[in-house]
Amino acid sequence: MSVRNSLLAILASDPAHGYGLKSSFEESTAGAWPLNVGQVYTTLGRLERDGLVQAEPSEEEGPRQTWRITDLGREVLEEWYASPVTSDPPARDELTLKVLLAAAGDDVDVSAIIHKERTATMERLQQLTRHKQKADPDKELPWLLLLDALILKASAEINWLDLCEERLEHRAQSKDGGADGR
Amino acid sequence: MDAKADVPMLAFDNAARVYGKGDKAVRALGPVTLEVMPGELVAIMGPSGSGKSTLLSLAGALDVPTEGRVCIHGKDLSQQSMAELAELRRRVIGFVFQDLNLLPGLTAIENVALPLELDGMKLSRARAAAAEALNGVKLSSMADRFPDDLSGGEQQRVAIARAHVGPRQLMLADEPTGALDSVTGELVMRLLRQQCDRGRTVVLVTHDAAHAAWADRVLYLRDGLLVAPVEAALPSSLAETAGRA
Ligand SMILES: Nc1ncnc2c1ncn2[C@@H]1O[C@H](COP(=O)(O)OP(=O)(O)O)[C@@H](O)[C@H]1O
Ligand SMILES: [Mg+2]
Repeated sequence: MSVRNSLLAILASDPAHGYGLKSSFEESTAGAWPLNVGQVYTTLGRLERDGLVQAEPSEEEGPRQTWRITDLGREVLEEWYASPVTSDPPARDELTLKVLLAAAGDDVDVSAIIHKERTATMERLQQLTRHKQKADPDKELPWLLLLDALILKASAEINWLDLCEERLEHRAQSKDGGADGR
Repeated sequence: MDAKADVPMLAFDNAARVYGKGDKAVRALGPVTLEVMPGELVAIMGPSGSGKSTLLSLAGALDVPTEGRVCIHGKDLSQQSMAELAELRRRVIGFVFQDLNLLPGLTAIENVALPLELDGMKLSRARAAAAEALNGVKLSSMADRFPDDLSGGEQQRVAIARAHVGPRQLMLADEPTGALDSVTGELVMRLLRQQCDRGRTVVLVTHDAAHAAWADRVLYLRDGLLVAPVEAALPSSLAETAGRA
């Protein structure tokens, strides 16, 4: 997560002091990525050095100081919004790693592993969906958007596990048949 | 019918469906043992050909098991007369399929009222019950439209209203969200969930994990058999991830 861009995004709507930035950020992101205030001040320091934010004049120094975004800051933020997020190479998540290694192994019951992982993911998905059922779309939009993201990721994980299982079954069948001579 | 809370709404006791005989026999399902309690929403997932539709047909008394028993609210279906089965299908069980089977020549409200009228209910009472059911799926304003003048999602909501109109307690849905976009699919899932929270029972077949997750329980069929559930004790990880209590 880019703390720099996140702070710029918050400051783009309104000037704020350090603690206000932290709470606006957490409110907009449904509390999913807690920030500590120290991190906020360090980042503000770097943003100021780079000319992306500036302290409001005539204010006292220290935590009560109010910060505003500069024109350069707005440009950098717009660039961030305009460039699609790429995540190449694939994130080395543990599930993918585990299933790939299990499939490559000799005496591993991959199907049992897949089933267990799928059950766990489905339980997580059910939990998320119960939260979604209770969420108020008018008052808790960031929370709902976050839940949608987590739900779609978990359901993609399940689709992937199903696909793995199907492919492994194919492999098992062609091994049993021995017909393809591999 | 009043659903007693301790009697399963639907029970499979080693039920199986085998097509054909001898060498050519195909075991489409089973043996499957399963209990669904009143008010439960159960989702069935599984690859294509794993027996999901067969299971729903047995549950809905559209087909009979070649082995074992299927009971609805404690009644063994094999012990019911044709007339009693027909009555179960009219008064207790509602179906929602992917292709909706709405009659194109009838308006939304007429489609919903039809099962009640066929059941001998007076027209005015059937219409009143249909209006209430349409209201339940937030379609009151479209009651007089014909199916062709409704969107896919609206048609599916009419089908859901028709499946639960009147006293019916058990709803069987085969891929009801299959043809819908994700927003409309979610709306349909919310409606099914609502039906359960009000005491109705739903068995839903879906290949969409995000839709299955609206269920209380998710079962997997594989080659006609339920995959044994595994224990996957989870910490309540979401609260931690999202910083919420
Ligand atoms: N009338 C039938 N005659 C023979 N086999 C059938 C018949 N209906 C279904 N089957 C077989 O039973 C299995 C399960 O089918 P079905 O319940 O439709 O699966 P699903 O709904 O999970 O895709 C499949 O292998 C299918 O070919
Ligand atoms: Mg099917």
